[in-house]
Amino acid sequence: MLATAYAIPDVLVFASAAILILVGAVGVIAMKNPVHSALSLIMCLLGVALAFLAQEADFLAAAEIIVYAGAIVVLFLFVIMFLGVDKSQHPHVEPLIGQRWLAGVGVLVTVAGLITLMASSHWVSGVLSASTNGTALATGSDNVTQLGDSVFTTYLLAFEATAGLLIIAVVGAVLLARRERPIDIEDVVEVIDVDVSDWDTLEDVDDVEDVQS
Amino acid sequence: MTIPAAWYLILAALLFGVGAFGVLTRRSALIMFMCIELMLNAVNLTFVTFARTMSDIGGQTTVFFVMVVAAAEVTVGLGIVVAIFRRRASTSVDELSELQG
Repeated sequence: MLATAYAIPDVLVFASAAILILVGAVGVIAMKNPVHSALSLIMCLLGVALAFLAQEADFLAAAEIIVYAGAIVVLFLFVIMFLGVDKSQHPHVEPLIGQRWLAGVGVLVTVAGLITLMASSHWVSGVLSASTNGTALATGSDNVTQLGDSVFTTYLLAFEATAGLLIIAVVGAVLLARRERPIDIEDVVEVIDVDVSDWDTLEDVDDVEDVQS
Repeated sequence: MTIPAAWYLILAALLFGVGAFGVLTRRSALIMFMCIELMLNAVNLTFVTFARTMSDIGGQTTVFFVMVVAAAEVTVGLGIVVAIFRRRASTSVDELSELQG
């Protein structure tokens, strides 16, 4: 039935994206090991990138993979490795009675409400497509040009604010992650006094430890 | 005929639901952050779908900014998680009750 209404490749692409997204998302919340959760998150993000590609958002699909799967998930993995995998967390233990049940009901009501809203709304069918005032969506390789034009003209102020936000975030992260350690001036003097010319000839581990102590 | 927008919107709604369920039930701060990423991606998918349906590039621009803000949020959030882990040796949010007065 579907194959007659829609092109088979489109349906296949959508089905692949949907499977990647949903299996990955369920994996994120169901896996015990945080590393497995992060890998499931990559799978989910690849599905989202596929859905972006299928909807002519080429640049965003690339950015999704580079920024999310490339940078953010690697950051997650880095922190997981840095902190060590926390074995004390059992996903099947419920500290609050009925929390999981209540959460399930709340989420079901929310999702059902969203889907009902979509089924009953006229804007889902795209009837408004001819009456928008925004920049028209280009097809094919013009997507990057369109997006760049939009970012650097209409949304230029937001773009500049984004730069400030990133700087603040980086400074904040460095400040938060910095280990509070009072600097002992004796250590500094000792480090400076180490004879650097010895370093090339160091072959024994004991020598290294002697220098460090 | 292309895939209708409603399919993608329902997929995004399901993704949002899974992410919200994870935030409500999991206790590790790291997993909760990942679930927040899931919800952000669901909203991104909705934006891209509407950008296609309404033929307006503004939706894709919004997704661009959402990605930037998500990157900043993860950076600061993971910094906070690391700072808390130093003090508490745990990433469970249940043990962070010292601010309740």
